[in-house]
Amino acid sequence: MLSTLPRTYTSKLQANLPVSPITVSELSAQLRSGEISSVELTQDYLQRIERSELNAFISVSADSALAEAQTADAKRAQGDDHPLLGIPVAHKDIFCIEGTLTTCGSKILHNFIAPYTATVIQNMQNQGLVSLGKTNMDEFAMGSSNENSYYGSVTNPWSSAGEQLVPGGSSGGSAAAVAAGLAPAATGTDTGGSIRQPAAFCNLTGLKPSYGRCSRYGMIAFASSLDQAGPLTHTAADAALLLNSMAGFDTRDATSLDTPAEDFTRHLDDSIDGLIIGMPSEFFSSDLDPEVASIVEAAIKSLESLGAIVKQVSLPNSHLALPSYYVIAPAEASSNLSRFDGVRYGHRAEQYTDLVDMYTRTRTEGFGDEVKRRIMIGTYALSSGYYDAYYAQAQKLRRLIADDFNSAFEQCDLIVGPTTPAPAFPHGSKTEDPVAMYLNDIFTIPANLAGLPAASTPAGFTKAGLPVGLHLIGPYLQEAKLLNAVHRYQQETDWHLRSAPGAAATESA
Amino acid sequence: MFTWDPRWEVVIGLEVHTQLRTQSKIFSGSSTSYGAAPNTQASAVDIALPGVLPVMNEAAARMAVKFGLAIGAHINRTNVFARKNYFYPDLPKGYQISQMDLPIVGLGNIDIETAEGSKTIGITRAHLEEDAGKSLHEDYQDATGIDLNRAGTPLLEIVSEPDMSSPAEAVAYLRKLHSLVQYIDICDGNMQEGSFRCDANVSVRPRGQTELGTRTELKNINSFRFVERAIEYEIERQIDILEDGGSVVQETRLYDADRHETRSMRSKEEAHDYRYFPDPDLPPMVLEESFIESVAATLPELPAAKKARFIEQFELSPADAELLTASRAVADWFEEVVTNSQADTKLIANWMSGELFAALNKAEVEIDQSPVSAGQFATLMNRITDETLSGKTAKQVFAALWDEGGDVDGIIEAKGLKQITDSGAIEKIVDEVIAACPDQVTQFKQGNNKVIGFLVGQVMQKSQGKANPQMVNKLLQEKISQ
Repeated sequence: MLSTLPRTYTSKLQANLPVSPITVSELSAQLRSGEISSVELTQDYLQRIERSELNAFISVSADSALAEAQTADAKRAQGDDHPLLGIPVAHKDIFCIEGTLTTCGSKILHNFIAPYTATVIQNMQNQGLVSLGKTNMDEFAMGSSNENSYYGSVTNPWSSAGEQLVPGGSSGGSAAAVAAGLAPAATGTDTGGSIRQPAAFCNLTGLKPSYGRCSRYGMIAFASSLDQAGPLTHTAADAALLLNSMAGFDTRDATSLDTPAEDFTRHLDDSIDGLIIGMPSEFFSSDLDPEVASIVEAAIKSLESLGAIVKQVSLPNSHLALPSYYVIAPAEASSNLSRFDGVRYGHRAEQYTDLVDMYTRTRTEGFGDEVKRRIMIGTYALSSGYYDAYYAQAQKLRRLIADDFNSAFEQCDLIVGPTTPAPAFPHGSKTEDPVAMYLNDIFTIPANLAGLPAASTPAGFTKAGLPVGLHLIGPYLQEAKLLNAVHRYQQETDWHLRSAPGAAATESA
Repeated sequence: MFTWDPRWEVVIGLEVHTQLRTQSKIFSGSSTSYGAAPNTQASAVDIALPGVLPVMNEAAARMAVKFGLAIGAHINRTNVFARKNYFYPDLPKGYQISQMDLPIVGLGNIDIETAEGSKTIGITRAHLEEDAGKSLHEDYQDATGIDLNRAGTPLLEIVSEPDMSSPAEAVAYLRKLHSLVQYIDICDGNMQEGSFRCDANVSVRPRGQTELGTRTELKNINSFRFVERAIEYEIERQIDILEDGGSVVQETRLYDADRHETRSMRSKEEAHDYRYFPDPDLPPMVLEESFIESVAATLPELPAAKKARFIEQFELSPADAELLTASRAVADWFEEVVTNSQADTKLIANWMSGELFAALNKAEVEIDQSPVSAGQFATLMNRITDETLSGKTAKQVFAALWDEGGDVDGIIEAKGLKQITDSGAIEKIVDEVIAACPDQVTQFKQGNNKVIGFLVGQVMQKSQGKANPQMVNKLLQEKISQ
């Protein structure tokens, strides 16, 4: 069916590629011109999802998606010209959508039909975006490989024939879906890197906005002070469009920012001549995979060729980010997940002798190992007698880390580095070693602790053909500037236009 | 009166949960009204669906600040919500949002009056928190029902210093607080519905010892009488233990009003580790000066100021003024009567503290449920003043109003209680009595003045109590002396 879709995108960069990913911007133009309807587009994506064997989706909402597409087409016929009207997207299964199964990747919510819609999703629906379904994820967003899902692991479309790779996590289903052409864009959430790390593993643009940009209402909480929703897309331009639809002040979220609405696409095409890019030495240690290091250095050279000025900066406390994070996030999670007690909704053990037994069995059966591990770590860290040594101390480190960024941004406009220490790894290779798994997020966590906007963009491939991400961190609320740099970089390079071997588009091309 | 061995000193501190009378809950838009069908006032936020978030209700902050200002307390310009974590089926989130390190109201004072005089009780803090739901055990077999209507109702927990040294002081403090929260209109004070609940921390120590004894916390005391009795029971229990050479266990005890005893609920070892930490869903609450000033502007006249004004404006004695300003409802009632009556304020004060309060106490109702309205009461006072009623017949009218309702003049008419002030009519009866009682008349003439009382009584009896006693007295003396 895709072969029937006209291709209007004619970048010289893609000339030597058989198929390049279809972007939201392209589809928007096609919908606008009437070359295609939202119903046709939605049907096409639904068929691709059905054919896919990546396990990227937990549930698919074919009927409601088609109904939404029809509504979008009707609005279009009446003259509605919104750029996102009728664009199908996939949503991480962490967002409540009224009337749909919302599991958060957990058995404990295997039967939970949300009776209300998350603000972010509502905002997107209000703009005419069509919800294809809910994507797979690490249980309660805890993980970096999507292997912690009750609904099974997800295959990275960049896997080669012999080796099944993880898509990253926790937004692994969203990343795999977009990389495989099962949706042109998807929502994700990022607590310690859960948008950016899978984006890097799947050759996507992943944006974690400043804390407070997107409402957390209806987004199932993992670590409330760190969680932030954002888009997974092919391009920075698409990320800007999607963020326009997702962001906004929400009276139902006391931590959402009451700032005037802004158009995140407004600076995309600005020149980055003279932009000062900070390179923290701490992000380029000897532990870094040499292939990743050389790819990231080459990417920084590309930015320099666009007029950016590279400057050495220091984030001296960045080595404290991981320990700080692994106290704060589990502490908040241990409390946030207390509501899953079998009393009001979700899984409840079938047999129990009394109240405590009901709690124990329900939660023992309902939660996976990683979730239990973090609940225990967090409970310990908040316990009487340990609070000062762990939680209070971790908050102090968090302040130091944020201060490092404040100092660094006095000397530079953006900070760059690798998104992850290494590219995607095979299924099962880190599941026995939680700390090795946690190290995946070593470069992404500091931005969460400091509440800063950060993005990962495709920056090249290893010899084995695996994508590598370039990580850019911006000052607070400077998403537009961040997206400008990523967009200019993407105008200069074609990494983001390379399609995964496992992409659905290849089959139908 | 309760007494105990004076070698022991009693130390009491109270924690009072006052339900703030906001329209909606502290962190959601659901209604707070009492008595709705179970779970009909429980929103997505109240039942803690996945993904929901709390948003602070400004009205609750206003009321908390109002209380702080009323007791001259320090208001924490930045105060912080914290999560108190524990599992219970009627606690939907698995944690209660409360305040720990930085409560909205800091140190303050409340003055109390007891038989021993006045005393200042320190207020440690008052913090905002949400109420839990209710577990319903009665209506189900082998199961418990959960009603989350109350979940998220705003509470102000007012914690006193351990400054009270007798059950009477504890009750005086509790009454003062109960009156104050109603004065400033932040709580309806309804103890039956649980709008005003008290936990008491009680310990005893040998008189003169500086360090505190081991305390127990008494829960579930929902009336002034029970507070007093629960503390009395606990003092005796603790003294008995200590005098037998034992030691008091630090624990939470439940007061059972039916059996008049306290029972162990959980010991210190079993106490929860609540794992308090700042709630990341709620940024610290920052109170601007302008906000505090706007709350201050809504503060009504406080009890002390009202008492002073009553003494000045209505020429009441300090004792009467204290009595009539004990609650805002009583003070308002008094002022309504004064406004609608030409009677002397002293007469009104006497009648309220006498006849009305006796009837209220007997019926165990508050003044706002009085069957006699302030308007009728004002008319009653007028009829005494204009001599339509004597003190005695006025009491009959009051009793009729209380029991049967109606209006003062209608009752006077129906019962024929109008005082006879027509001197001709009284003269006629006086003449009859003088004729019928020659012996007493003679005795009076011989200088036995006491006998006049008998003769007046005879006239009053013949007039069915309606004759004006002063006129009867005057006429009798005139006629006998002639």
